Amino acid sequence: MNILFYMASIVAVIATLMVILEFNPVHALLYLIVSLLSLAVIFFLLGAPFAAALEVIIYAGAIMVLFVFVVMMLNLGPRSADEERSWHPARVWFGPFLLSAALLAELLFVLRGGGGAGFGEVSPEEVGIALFGPYLLATELASMLLLSGLIGAYHLGRGYGEARRHEPGPVEESTP
Amino acid sequence: MTRIVGHVLILAAVLFFLGLIGVLVRRNIVFMLLSIEIMFNAAGLAFVAAGARWAKPDGQIMFIFIVSMAAAEVSVALALVLQMHHRLKILDTDAAKSLRG
Repeated sequence: MNILFYMASIVAVIATLMVILEFNPVHALLYLIVSLLSLAVIFFLLGAPFAAALEVIIYAGAIMVLFVFVVMMLNLGPRSADEERSWHPARVWFGPFLLSAALLAELLFVLRGGGGAGFGEVSPEEVGIALFGPYLLATELASMLLLSGLIGAYHLGRGYGEARRHEPGPVEESTP
Repeated sequence: MTRIVGHVLILAAVLFFLGLIGVLVRRNIVFMLLSIEIMFNAAGLAFVAAGARWAKPDGQIMFIFIVSMAAAEVSVALALVLQMHHRLKILDTDAAKSLRG
């Protein structure tokens, strides 16, 4: 059971190191997703399955997709096709593939009943009861924070869209 | 069991340090945001390990708060990155010093 934890932590450290050393943003995102998945494995071994599910769904799912969207938006241009072609050679995805294959092996081992690091499991039910019991005020504050983040992102992104819409205006006037 | 919690805290410290190096060394703002995400994750890992040590849900609740804060921070920061790329045509953080308040 300990070997699972050490394997996952080695994968996490290697993937995080590659995030810092990588020059291509998309490759760095791939490695960061692998790092998040290995942290989810560690959360599961620590008896926190709800935190592990949140790590995969929200962090590796939602937040990293936001990053991918923005990276793809910034790369728009004539050279994006060449970059797209250059993103596909095998050596690019081989590192993340190897690291996540180690995580998959761990997951299969745990699912066959070998898992658990001796920690008592804290079920999602207990987390929910505590979240809406003693932590109710902090939960409301977190919802206010998310609302303010939503409004801020809408405000900034709306200015971006309007500026882009007005951008071709002078060009069209000058061409005839 | 306590020994594993100690090792998890060491791992959290290593990950936090790697994220800090990334923020200090990289100049591309997208990589700086990724390094900040690494640091958030390290802090969340320490919280979950502390919650697992006493088998209480409090650590996971703090992790949920960290995730919600990271979601709000990333949405605003990426909108700012789009604005910066639109106005300056570059993602170098040193180029943003021309804002001057």
